[in-house]
Amino acid sequence: MTAVARVYRWELVKLLAQKRTYLGLGAAMLVPVIFVVVLQLQSGGPNDVPLGRYIRDSGIVTPLVVLLFMSIWGFPLITALVAGDIVASETNNATLKTILPRSRERGQVFAGKALAAFTYTLVIVVSMGVVGVVAGSIAWGFHSFTSLSGTPVSAGRGLGLMFASLGVYVLPLAGIAAFGLLLSTVTRNSAASVVGTLMFALFMQLIGVLPGTESIRPYLLGTQFDAWHGFLRTPADWTPVVRAIWLSAIYIFVPLFAAYVVFLRRDVAGE
Amino acid sequence: MTDAAPVVARGLVKRYGDIVAVAGVDLTVEPGDIFGYLGPNGAGKTTSLRMMLGLIRPTQGRVQLFGRDPMVDGVKALQSVAGFVEGPRFYPYLSGRRNLRLLADYDEPSSRSRIEEVLETVELRDRAKDHVGGYSHGMRQRLGIAAALLRQPRLLLLDEPATGLDPAGMRDMRDLVRRLAGDGITILLSSHLMYEVEELCNRVAIIRNGSIVYEGMLRELLATATAGYRLRSREPERARTVCLTQPGIENVSLDGDELRFSADEDSVAALSIALGQARVPITQLMAETASLEDLFLGLTGGDSSDHDREAVAS
Repeated sequence: MTAVARVYRWELVKLLAQKRTYLGLGAAMLVPVIFVVVLQLQSGGPNDVPLGRYIRDSGIVTPLVVLLFMSIWGFPLITALVAGDIVASETNNATLKTILPRSRERGQVFAGKALAAFTYTLVIVVSMGVVGVVAGSIAWGFHSFTSLSGTPVSAGRGLGLMFASLGVYVLPLAGIAAFGLLLSTVTRNSAASVVGTLMFALFMQLIGVLPGTESIRPYLLGTQFDAWHGFLRTPADWTPVVRAIWLSAIYIFVPLFAAYVVFLRRDVAGE
Repeated sequence: MTDAAPVVARGLVKRYGDIVAVAGVDLTVEPGDIFGYLGPNGAGKTTSLRMMLGLIRPTQGRVQLFGRDPMVDGVKALQSVAGFVEGPRFYPYLSGRRNLRLLADYDEPSSRSRIEEVLETVELRDRAKDHVGGYSHGMRQRLGIAAALLRQPRLLLLDEPATGLDPAGMRDMRDLVRRLAGDGITILLSSHLMYEVEELCNRVAIIRNGSIVYEGMLRELLATATAGYRLRSREPERARTVCLTQPGIENVSLDGDELRFSADEDSVAALSIALGQARVPITQLMAETASLEDLFLGLTGGDSSDHDREAVAS
């Protein structure tokens, strides 16, 4: 096992031993269940959002509609809870001074932490997807449904598209995680990093709805949360998907590199 | 590299803005030393140790551990080095054993096989499965030593290891340090507990306001504190007469049946022979020595005004 893999493994162990991990994961898994229960108790539906009118067609649609609602602050908050804490908590607990004089280079420690934060981001989205499909299928069955272009999509293909959508959705969320890591490294304060990361996510969404920002809107991080719509069209529209991939890469690597440089050079002093 | 001194610090400076936490530390720790690093709270001990462990970057100067600089060679410079600053810290939600497993995985693979052995050494095996969050201060200190020993260090840096321990805990810690030194580990021990240093260390450095005010053998430091001698005799007047005629015996004064004078060791030896030849009966001849504490207070100005400077550093 490589040095980074060892650090990564222990970062996961640490995450699994902390309550906040389950708080975020639990929330991500609970939202689709609540969503399904509420829709079961009433006859209306979220008809004003894409796929909203087809919510009762198939359980596969459930996580896709939930994605739309969780983009504003739900997933950014859950992501920030871990990414904003993963370095700052070690500063607050003064455990950085315990691990850094061992035999792993600072860069390896940072890489393990970043990988763990991204893993958590992936896990919360996939968990929501799986729970959403199961809960939705229990309520409305596992059937074919209607795409955004109005064409039918078989259940099997729809499930594949749903997971592909989750995959694309994770990319801008990883951008938020990277920003959380940067704040966590720079501020050394867990609460400030979590709140700051959430504010960043909300700010990105806010810019997108301001008048006069139409020309930059396709390049905003918040816009990339809708890129997966391209998969749900017939034929598939790859333009937003490809843009989400390279733009998210920028939103991920710029703060990640800045955090890496700060982490390598920072003084580890104080409690 | 292996024959280089365990610690060589030269011109070590750490500034935080206008505040100078360490103002130019030079010290050398030789192999086999139990080196006492003494200073009032906030004098710069912990900041120096942080620089030695590569945790903070010196503003000026350099540290070499067995010939390697942590700022240049990274963790490779710490290969044979272990220790802790400001008390060891662990993940409170993991057990003691799990914390050690984590740290072993941050070291070489062979470290894992030593976990039970080091837990035994610090007598923590019975509580190793409990979360560190429930450990007492003393248990954490001992776990800190265990974590350091996992690395099979040749140099151990310990920042006030006995602080906060009860008397029995302090005694156990001193015994442990002595035992580790007996195993051939060089130890740099920062402390402000004079009796601890006096009991354990062979060499010391005293830091005040971020600068070293003394570095050398502890016994030589104590020898400088020989303020004078006292002599009691059944015939003090005759004893005084002999004293006054002996070369090297100065400042002779008589107070009741007790004579006081200052002299070096050779002159005192000659005086004792002269007194015997003159058949002057002596009941007591003793050196008046100052304690390490007196010396420390003298060298550091006896104040704790350094407090605020290092507080900034932390």
